[in-house]
Amino acid sequence: MTLEFLLEPLQYDFMTRALLVSALVGTVCAVLSCYVILKGWSLMGDAVSHAVLPGVVISYLLGLPFVIGAFVFGLLSVSAIGFIQSRSRVKEDTVIGVVFTALFALGLVMISKVASEVHLSHILFGDVLGIGNSELWQTVIAGAIALVVTLLLRKDLLLYVFDPTHARSIGLNTGVLNYVLLTVLALTIVTALQTVGVILVVAMLITPGATAYLLTDKFSKMMWIAVACGIGSAVIGTYGSYFLDGATGACIVLVQSIFFLLAFVFAPKHGQIARRRQQMAEREDELGEGVGGGSGVAAAPRPVLVRVRATPSNRDGAASD
Amino acid sequence: MSQNTVIALDVQNVSVAYGGGRLSLRQANLEVRGGSVCGLVGMNGAGKSTLFKTVMGFLPPLRGTVQVFEQPVIRAQKAGLIAYVPQSEDVDWNFPVSVREVVMMGRQGKMNWLRRPSPADHKLVEGSLERVGMSAFVDRQIGELSGGQRKRAFLARALAQEGRLLLLDEPFGGVDVGTSEAIIELMGELRREGRSMLVSTHDLGTLETFCDEVALIADRTVLLYGPTDEVLTADNLAATFGGRSPLHAPPAQHPEARP
Repeated sequence: MTLEFLLEPLQYDFMTRALLVSALVGTVCAVLSCYVILKGWSLMGDAVSHAVLPGVVISYLLGLPFVIGAFVFGLLSVSAIGFIQSRSRVKEDTVIGVVFTALFALGLVMISKVASEVHLSHILFGDVLGIGNSELWQTVIAGAIALVVTLLLRKDLLLYVFDPTHARSIGLNTGVLNYVLLTVLALTIVTALQTVGVILVVAMLITPGATAYLLTDKFSKMMWIAVACGIGSAVIGTYGSYFLDGATGACIVLVQSIFFLLAFVFAPKHGQIARRRQQMAEREDELGEGVGGGSGVAAAPRPVLVRVRATPSNRDGAASD
Repeated sequence: MSQNTVIALDVQNVSVAYGGGRLSLRQANLEVRGGSVCGLVGMNGAGKSTLFKTVMGFLPPLRGTVQVFEQPVIRAQKAGLIAYVPQSEDVDWNFPVSVREVVMMGRQGKMNWLRRPSPADHKLVEGSLERVGMSAFVDRQIGELSGGQRKRAFLARALAQEGRLLLLDEPFGGVDVGTSEAIIELMGELRREGRSMLVSTHDLGTLETFCDEVALIADRTVLLYGPTDEVLTADNLAATFGGRSPLHAPPAQHPEARP
């Protein structure tokens, strides 16, 4: 009885499609999220995802695949951010905020003008259960390109994120790597639009990586854990949304948030419990030193410091320089 | 010695600007010979890091030329000739990489397009780690190292890269006396192998122990460079540090202003 109930969604064609698409999207986003969180580009991801909205509307009006318009506006927002930032005194996060809200607002105005004929709300919130054939293929192709490029360049991208100066000094073209990473970011966001929508895409782009970062100190493991989180949350979220009858994107993001919360509390080394235990152990160790009890390790003899009066003659001037 | 006739780094009349109109480096000249160690000394903001960035090719000169082993910087970088050891503050110590992975990054420019390390790469990495005494810590995440071990890990990366010109940015920053002695000893060995080094440092006291030459940086240019004992005079240091030498007793008369 229960099993039948649980297997019920799988007999629908749209459900299996939705599961496969969201698993692919979860994988691509998870791989990229490892780079995004280490580079500190979370806000940039949020910005690009909002800024693609006018591109989607324009593609619709021109009868083009939505992926193309979204991708163009993603790159446009990145260039605009870079351009304004290098030519003004305004800080980067401010520039990012100004640019993406402007483009997002433009998109909303456009939607309000064309909404009577078309239904673009699935771009805002995602609609993987109702994904059409054309959108399905666009998602698969964009996702595959983003995934292949990232995996092929994964070591150079990692080196660029970790130490751009060294990357440069061994002859890697860091300018190109920077743009490759931004382009793949835009492409990944486009991939995820259909599943979780403009507003929640950024969660897919940071939460799996952030969860994995709490669980390991090795980048290769981090990527596998992030991918597991990405696929797991995509499948559980999509599946769960069948019973809730909608809000698939939000369900996926909620599952991811739960994964993150679990890692935050229970991670073996960087989780709250482990950290607290570690702190207490260290404190016990140091407090125990003075007692000289049977704790085993004898405290190192402390050097005796004698207070010396500073001579006020010649040093004061040099210190102020 | 043919080593000493080679010019490892040749900075000629270089002027550089960031975005704005003001120059960050004005007509700087500097020459580091093959197999010699050149110390880079000056106050914060005097232009040391700008000079470093220019030698690394991050800032293209508006005027003048930078050549490394008689080649343009980009060509020298592609050949792996320039190795860079960053300041501790410039490294994200929480980054999920191990000591071995960091040192392997020194080999990355020479691997094939899939960046798979060869057995020779592994051997060089092991050798470099052994040389700086870090073999016991290869699998540690870099944040789990002490200040001195962190420095040595990045020195091992420069060794694994087999660079011929090493750029060391504040190698003695936040390091205890024992480690800085070990670093100086290693620099001496590398120098005897014919490698050249450009070392930016605040530590004027040790300059004479490891530098063949010193370049004084002030007011966005190279004031003076030459043999250590000739350059490190009270008057020169006074001009570099704005009126008073940090090394010598205060001069009796006012130092001469430089043109």
